[in-house]
Amino acid sequence: MNQANYLYVAALLFTIGAIGVVVRRNAIVVFMCIELMLNAANLAFVTFARINGNLDGQVMAFFTMVVAACEVVVGLAIIVTIYRSRRSASVDDASLLKR
Amino acid sequence: MTSNLLVYLIALPLFGAAVLLLAGRRSDRWGHLLATALSAASFGVGLYEFSQMLSRANDQRAVTQKLFSWISVGSFQVDAGLMLDQLSICFVLLITGVGTLIHIYSIAYMSHDHDRRRFFAYLNLFIAAMLLLVLGDSYLNLYVGWEGVGLASYLLIGFWNQKPAYATAAKKAFVANRVGDLGLSLAIMISFATLGTVSFAGVKAHAGQASTGALTAIGIMLLVAATGKSAQFPLQAWLGDAMAGPTPVSALIHAATMVTAGVYLIVRSNFIFDAAPTAQLLVAIIGAITLLFGAVIGMAKDDIKKALAASTMSQIGYMVLGAGLGPVGYAFAIMHLLTHGFFKAGMFLGAGSVMHGMDDEVNMRRYGGLRKYMPITFATFGLGYLAIIGVPPFAGFYSKDKIIEVAFNMGGIKGVTLGTAALLGAAITAFYMTRVVVMTFAGNKRWEEKAHPHESPALMWVPMVLLAIGSVASGFLFTHGNSLVNWLAPVVAPNPEHQSEMLKPAVVSILALVVVLIGVGIAILKYLRSEVPVVAPENVSVFTKIARRDLLQDDFNEAVFMRPGQKLTEALVITDTALIDGAVRGVARLTKGSGSVLRNTQTGFVRSYAMWILLGAIGLIAAIWVVTL
Repeated sequence: MNQANYLYVAALLFTIGAIGVVVRRNAIVVFMCIELMLNAANLAFVTFARINGNLDGQVMAFFTMVVAACEVVVGLAIIVTIYRSRRSASVDDASLLKR
Repeated sequence: MTSNLLVYLIALPLFGAAVLLLAGRRSDRWGHLLATALSAASFGVGLYEFSQMLSRANDQRAVTQKLFSWISVGSFQVDAGLMLDQLSICFVLLITGVGTLIHIYSIAYMSHDHDRRRFFAYLNLFIAAMLLLVLGDSYLNLYVGWEGVGLASYLLIGFWNQKPAYATAAKKAFVANRVGDLGLSLAIMISFATLGTVSFAGVKAHAGQASTGALTAIGIMLLVAATGKSAQFPLQAWLGDAMAGPTPVSALIHAATMVTAGVYLIVRSNFIFDAAPTAQLLVAIIGAITLLFGAVIGMAKDDIKKALAASTMSQIGYMVLGAGLGPVGYAFAIMHLLTHGFFKAGMFLGAGSVMHGMDDEVNMRRYGGLRKYMPITFATFGLGYLAIIGVPPFAGFYSKDKIIEVAFNMGGIKGVTLGTAALLGAAITAFYMTRVVVMTFAGNKRWEEKAHPHESPALMWVPMVLLAIGSVASGFLFTHGNSLVNWLAPVVAPNPEHQSEMLKPAVVSILALVVVLIGVGIAILKYLRSEVPVVAPENVSVFTKIARRDLLQDDFNEAVFMRPGQKLTEALVITDTALIDGAVRGVARLTKGSGSVLRNTQTGFVRSYAMWILLGAIGLIAAIWVVTL
């Protein structure tokens, strides 16, 4: 099987994630889209590792997972806190920094 | 020789000024007495030093006192030191003696002024500064005193500064003096740069090694300083306005002492001028111009104090002329300075006495016939008058005729020109001084209705009488047995062998007397034989109109310096606001404007930021793709 197909899938997943981040308002969904982009990147890493025949990409994928796990913890905590104070999970409502 | 007493000459009046200024109103009741006593004490110290000097041989008379090491930078060493020699002692006795008399006079003259204490504080400050000027043993020490008398003069001219015109007169004097002071500071700098020292002894010792060019430069800068302080052409315009100060100030500062500081400076620097003939000739020319300039202004003034001020300018012109004639003239310049100190101070005090009796009226056209009402003032003023026009045996006859004689004896076209100028000045002096005396004391009464002229109290006329005695006797005393010339010989080193006798002294005296009599005669015809109008006539010649406007000195200064100066500052203000401020404000406006444009991109929406990041990433990848293609 052509290994490039994995890359196409990764690109597709990344695009879906990116579009999701830009067009969706719900913070949880935006968050899931970010996860999607990270995992698309992981898939690309692993694929390139296979293509090139070394382990660098696979090691990098582990790092990405660790970072993603940390991000989930912090990000979800922020989302929950915002929801508690503002009764809304819409990212457009959290625009106070402008003023 | 050293003496520990010199510092007290300065310290006593300085202490008085400090006490009176610091104690403030608390010293109102006794301040004037303290100031007068301290000035008299300083005079006493001066007399003691003088007696000590007399007891020593002629070349052993100078004494010095080192106070402390003032500046010590590498090879530049200046001590705060005092030096009293034959030249300084003349000044010390004149300053403290005449100064004390004027202190006594002022007690009565200023008795109705509620700021009398402040007046006496300034007078003491002046005495201290003037003594420092003549006692300093280096140009730098002299400079401190030089600035000190400038300050005291400024404070005293503007003593009644509630009147804006008087405050302006004080500022005018200060500014004109600053121009001169610049000359003195430049002379000190050139002296240090070329000779490596600024002390009188050091400069005298090293003057031979310097180039004539450098000495000429120093001499000309010293002359600039002298023209500023002594109201000589072209920095003379301030003296007439300086009469805004109380009359004792005019007598002490603007007639007897401070304005003669320029003559002192030139005579003290005789070793420089003798080595720089160009500068010396320039001194003589400036003196000759000023003596005629002042005399012409004096003819046209109706204000008694301004007429006397013009006369002062003219008489100092004589002194500067004398000082510019070289070794033969120095002693006579100093002699005329001393006799002038007596008779001009006496006449100013007389003018003050007249003003005191006439409700501060200064217009001579409003006087007339005061002889009977103020006999003592008339007598003392009259003696001063005879002294200034040079009638024998009064003081001016000896001192002024000597200067005219020396001028003629310079020989050549220089001698004839300077001598003729001095002789012409003597005739004009006789004319305008006769005019002053006749308009004030003789003729019909032209008073205001409310005037009640009366003789002044004894506190005022006693100093006037003493000064009148000085104007009678001093000339004879100084010339008897060539006493002053011999006395000053160690300082100014005359070399009489060069003196060519173009005119015999007797011829000069007769010539001078003839022109004086002509001047007196014209003035008597014009102001005694015919009625003096109360209002100055308008249909007069252009020449008179120009003389009334002080020979256009103010118009000249305003046209050449003041208005172009104002234009320059206006142009600089425009440059400042348009160019410099414009550049600064432009940068600020640019930053602010670009900030407000860029602020629009900060929407606060997370998704739009994400969009920008995405677009950025895509753009970056596209760029890399294009580059690697």
